[in-house]
Amino acid sequence: MTEGGVDLNNTKKMTIIVTKGTLDWAYPPFILGTTAAAMDVEVTMFFTFYGLGLLKKDLDLKVSPLGNPAMEMPMMGGHVGMPNMIGMLPGVTSGATAMMKNMIKKKGVASIEELREAAELSDVRMIACQMTLDLFELDKKDMIDGIELGGAATWMESALQSDINLYM
Amino acid sequence: MADATLDAKGLNCPLPILKAKKALKDLGNGQTLEILATDPGAVKDFEAFARTTGNKLLESGEDGGVYRFVIERVA
Repeated sequence: MTEGGVDLNNTKKMTIIVTKGTLDWAYPPFILGTTAAAMDVEVTMFFTFYGLGLLKKDLDLKVSPLGNPAMEMPMMGGHVGMPNMIGMLPGVTSGATAMMKNMIKKKGVASIEELREAAELSDVRMIACQMTLDLFELDKKDMIDGIELGGAATWMESALQSDINLYM
Repeated sequence: MADATLDAKGLNCPLPILKAKKALKDLGNGQTLEILATDPGAVKDFEAFARTTGNKLLESGEDGGVYRFVIERVA
């Protein structure tokens, strides 16, 4: 409820700008978005650039060790990073992705599909960036139902009324 | 004896919280939910969850690597 631009009810609000679409970077926004919703926060997620891919009906998320020296996987009792020279070889991305998905499953970590469904069920507002859609020639038909299209001003309006605004 | 039990053993953050929230929705005001979990992070998380949402954390304990929480739904 708003009166003269002042929010009269006490609901806390949060927005997250989601800009990345790799398997690893898909986690922070969906974990925080769903958890906030579970804690009665009204959540708006704005998906732009590579983050927009996270709204596709069929997700095929990948993670690459290329240019990511911090990515060390548990291996042979230790933790092993991968030199960029190796990371660029064909098959390394799919291998690293399979390995991470396997770890995710084994450790009881939610899949992105699962978290996204939780977000839908808890009424997280999901906005797809219209400009990104046009830029990358993507079609709303390929995205999950229930999303809105919007632009910077749509996010801005929501951000101005929010207690927390995150960029990821 | 709690009114409902949620087995969240083997699940990692934030699934125990998300599933607990869902289970609480099915309860009436004043009813209690027992949650079993193995994620050590759940201890602090359920405290924060209860403080923020106003639901009451009645019990929090650990036995043989299994954490047990009892939360009362408040409104």
